[in-house]
Amino acid sequence: MAELRILVCVKRVPAPGARITLTADHQGIDAKNLGFTTSPHEECAVEEAIRLVEAHGGSATVLTLGAIEADEQLRYAVSVGINAAVHVTHATLAGSADWDAQATARALTEAIASIEATDGAFDLILFGNESADSGGFQVGVRVARSLGRAIVNGIKGITIADGMVTAQRESTSGFEVYQLELPAVLGVKEGLNLPRYPTLPGRLKSKKVQVPVLTAEPVSGGLTMLRFDNAAELVVQTTMLGTGPEAAPAIVDLLEELGLL
Amino acid sequence: MSSDFPTTARVVVIGAGIVGNSVVGHLAELGWRDIVQIDKGPLPNPGGSTGHASNFIFPVDHNREMAMLNLDSQRQYAEMGVNTECGGIEVARTPERMEELRRRMVSAKNWGIESRLVTPEEIKEMVPFINSDILLGGFYTPSVSVVDSLRAGTIFRERAQALGALQTFANVEVEDMIVEDGVIKAVVTDHGRIDADYVVVACGVWSPRIAAMAGVEIPLTPAVHQMIDVGPIPILEATNMELGFPIIRDMDTFCYERQSAGSMEVGSYAHRPIFMTADEIPSIKESRLSPTELPITMEDFDPQLEQALELMPDILSTAEIKYAINGLLSLTPDGFPLIGEIPGVTNLWACAAIWIKEGPGAARMLAEWMTHGQPEIDPHHSDIARFYPYARNDHHVRARCAEHFNKTYGIVHPREQWASERNIRTAPYKDRTDALGAVYFQAGGWERPHWYESNAPLVAKYGVEDRPHEWDARWWSPIINAEHLAMKENVGMVDLAPFVVYDIKGPGTMEYLQGLAVNNVDVAIGKSVYTPLLDVNGGFRSDLTMMRLGTDFYRVITGAFDGPRDAFWFTKHLPADGSVTFEDKTSSFVTIGLWGPRSREVMSRLTTSDVSNEAFPYGTTQEVLFGSLAVRLFRISYVGELGWEIYVPMENARAVWDLIAEAGQESGIVPVGGGVYGTTGRLEKGYRLMGAELDGEYTPVEAGLARPKVKSADFVGKAAYLKAREDGPAAIVCTLAVTDHVSARDGIKRYMTGGETILTLAGDRIVDAKGRISTVTTAGAGPSLGAFLLMAYLTPEHAVVGNELLVHYMNETYPVKVIVAGSTPAFDPTDARMKA
Repeated sequence: MAELRILVCVKRVPAPGARITLTADHQGIDAKNLGFTTSPHEECAVEEAIRLVEAHGGSATVLTLGAIEADEQLRYAVSVGINAAVHVTHATLAGSADWDAQATARALTEAIASIEATDGAFDLILFGNESADSGGFQVGVRVARSLGRAIVNGIKGITIADGMVTAQRESTSGFEVYQLELPAVLGVKEGLNLPRYPTLPGRLKSKKVQVPVLTAEPVSGGLTMLRFDNAAELVVQTTMLGTGPEAAPAIVDLLEELGLL
Repeated sequence: MSSDFPTTARVVVIGAGIVGNSVVGHLAELGWRDIVQIDKGPLPNPGGSTGHASNFIFPVDHNREMAMLNLDSQRQYAEMGVNTECGGIEVARTPERMEELRRRMVSAKNWGIESRLVTPEEIKEMVPFINSDILLGGFYTPSVSVVDSLRAGTIFRERAQALGALQTFANVEVEDMIVEDGVIKAVVTDHGRIDADYVVVACGVWSPRIAAMAGVEIPLTPAVHQMIDVGPIPILEATNMELGFPIIRDMDTFCYERQSAGSMEVGSYAHRPIFMTADEIPSIKESRLSPTELPITMEDFDPQLEQALELMPDILSTAEIKYAINGLLSLTPDGFPLIGEIPGVTNLWACAAIWIKEGPGAARMLAEWMTHGQPEIDPHHSDIARFYPYARNDHHVRARCAEHFNKTYGIVHPREQWASERNIRTAPYKDRTDALGAVYFQAGGWERPHWYESNAPLVAKYGVEDRPHEWDARWWSPIINAEHLAMKENVGMVDLAPFVVYDIKGPGTMEYLQGLAVNNVDVAIGKSVYTPLLDVNGGFRSDLTMMRLGTDFYRVITGAFDGPRDAFWFTKHLPADGSVTFEDKTSSFVTIGLWGPRSREVMSRLTTSDVSNEAFPYGTTQEVLFGSLAVRLFRISYVGELGWEIYVPMENARAVWDLIAEAGQESGIVPVGGGVYGTTGRLEKGYRLMGAELDGEYTPVEAGLARPKVKSADFVGKAAYLKAREDGPAAIVCTLAVTDHVSARDGIKRYMTGGETILTLAGDRIVDAKGRISTVTTAGAGPSLGAFLLMAYLTPEHAVVGNELLVHYMNETYPVKVIVAGSTPAFDPTDARMKA
């Protein structure tokens, strides 16, 4: 095999962990207090790509379709060790606007084809299993199909040897193990690895990297966004049963109620 | 919880960060009971600035009040067992910073904090991973510490609870503040209404929002301070300690590097000012970390990454940025805290814009103030009543905070002027002073000429020496001394537009003013009284002049720097029966001073009224005509010369300025700036200035302002004043002259700026029986005396004319000699010139 070439596709998403406020018209999210990040599954994809390159040599490229601001996520990937970045964008992707899976996949496929036409084919393309915001579970599969390459989703272990990639997926009873011939596509899940943080020199290097920007052609996908609504908040009710030995009867009652005694 | 939620309280404290917690602790200790503390967040970290603070204390500060608050806080943290000394080094990359570090040595000595200058090699020895090649030296303070502010807060609450004084309720949001007839009545929360006698706003970055509910302003802005945590770092992990190395303040890059167990925290005050409003801060639910730990805007931090890497390349090049925030903290227009009763609403108190390093001290200040009417540490700089209305709004707050944010670690000259919010209060004749090349200093928001470039030729005429060191000459001009001498030779006119003027009228006026003033104000109509106003402890609250203009009518004149505090004091004490009215007439009048041996001949050209000494004696006031224009003359002087303050209706001010200038021409009149009025003229006469020689920690007895007799009427602070007279002074205001200016280090003549330590010939500080330290309260030239003068409080044994001492300036000592002990002026001791 020639030098290993890996591509990681990522998406800029609101940082999880806080309540998301919607705009008044329910057509977007209010981002003024939000931080943005890369979808957690994709952070693992980025980390895995860096580790594979560290182990096998070669290079890793990160690709995103997103608003101009998604440059931050591309550079973050570079700051932790990705070698190159490509940004695909379009004016309609401003703010929290999103393209549906079909349109996204088409734009990514075209971008990948164009990169591969000049720089050569990628041996391995990594996606996150699904994005943290829209969660469509489709983009990786659609891209793989368009490129005519095999894909397995839900991957939590990757090894490359002899032109083959071995991928592990958790099942209820253990692991399913797949072997795919390269080039191949994998959708990975959080838990694959523990992503690193950027170093200071890494951050500074990422500021300097040249990021080619490609313009995607929007095509109408199969889905139309109507409105956002907040999911019902999960209310956690904690009841103090008491403190010290006096609490014992209440605990016994509760355990009986739960059928544990 | 609602069933247990109180409906009444003696005092409600809003906020459970380091400030709110310290406040409840101190109030309880001082005997307050029925304290209810609420916070909208959970305990022990409700999500304010305390929760993400770096928690370190560098106790040395050039400002006395701030240094005292730092030291008091550090003592309190230590007493609670949550103060860990690790030492700290402020490092210098530039010669200017080295000079600043020498200045810091003076402040360290002032406040009795052990510090020393260290070489790059010594720094390297203490912090082996530092790149000492880029350093010129450092300022090392072994007592720099890190505190556990959350634990301290818990201890304060537990102590108050143990006294049965406190109930604390977390997750309670304030929805409204109820004010009736200008008095706080209740706090309305999402858990119910609490009727309260007192309310303390101690909610940090949210304080302006809470104050607004009561219709008042707490002038602070939430501002971003960026911070990253970098690790793991093996050499730090190996210490097995939270702090195993001194904290580094990389002063020239406005950054700090503070070990946090196995990683290094890098914080910055170098980035662009990033402000929010209290209402823009996200709620707890909307916050990923906490409401005051916002997502970092990394591009603002990038330049600091390079600087940090340069300083600590060995450890920072491989460690990872694990945590990075735009942390919110509070900034005020002048950088000082906001403590005290909030003007406009009685019994509504603020304790805000306070950092970890001064939290417990600030809280003690507030609690003492609420309890006794005056705190032990003089609150002059922190008093929330210090702001003019223009300085309380968001526009001003942001303009000034934007200007000083990057000066957090900056080198700030004691005379430094603000660049923002200028030309907002100007005299009607400013085009005239502009044309004279006035260089303006700001006083109470007013543009006041400090000297006039048009007087530059006088420098040669009087042979005034320049100051060879740039620092000493900054915000200064030899023209000041020349103007002084020209005024003393002929006559000068002084723009005093910033003077603050209050008219106090009504049948209760006499009783009201007698109840505030130390000196008897019952003088004949047309006469005046100079008097201190005291706080309950007998320290200075103000010093000012009152002209009696009618049976029940006094006009009070006070300085621009203390106008708002004085207005607060006067209005606070107004009788409830409406028998006295208080009106701020500052915007109705300008004041122009006319002084010098030839001022009477000039005045005689301006008015046909008799201005002879017999017809118009010293200390009296009359209304006269300048042509058709009625002006009020007040024969008084702060510069020790014959002359008058001329009170002119605002709309006549420009015309009168021209009349004076024209009438003075053949007498050699020159425009004279604030440099003479506020410093050289004042110093030669030994006149004390509020905020310099006079503050809440000194009494009229010590300031040499006690009259032989005490009036019979009662007044605020009288008991303390009588005791002070009985006890005698623990220190006495003295005037000293510098006898040799030449620096032993570089042979350059140096001129002090004020704030320096007075030392004995043995090099020891002079500390009086009350623990107060002798420092230079004012420094400046005495051109008529041909000397450079310092004022300072000295203990009685040192307050002896001819006594030789030292002054500590830029970490060197210079010989000084006492030329006046007490209130006798050094120049013209019999006041013959003034009373001519």
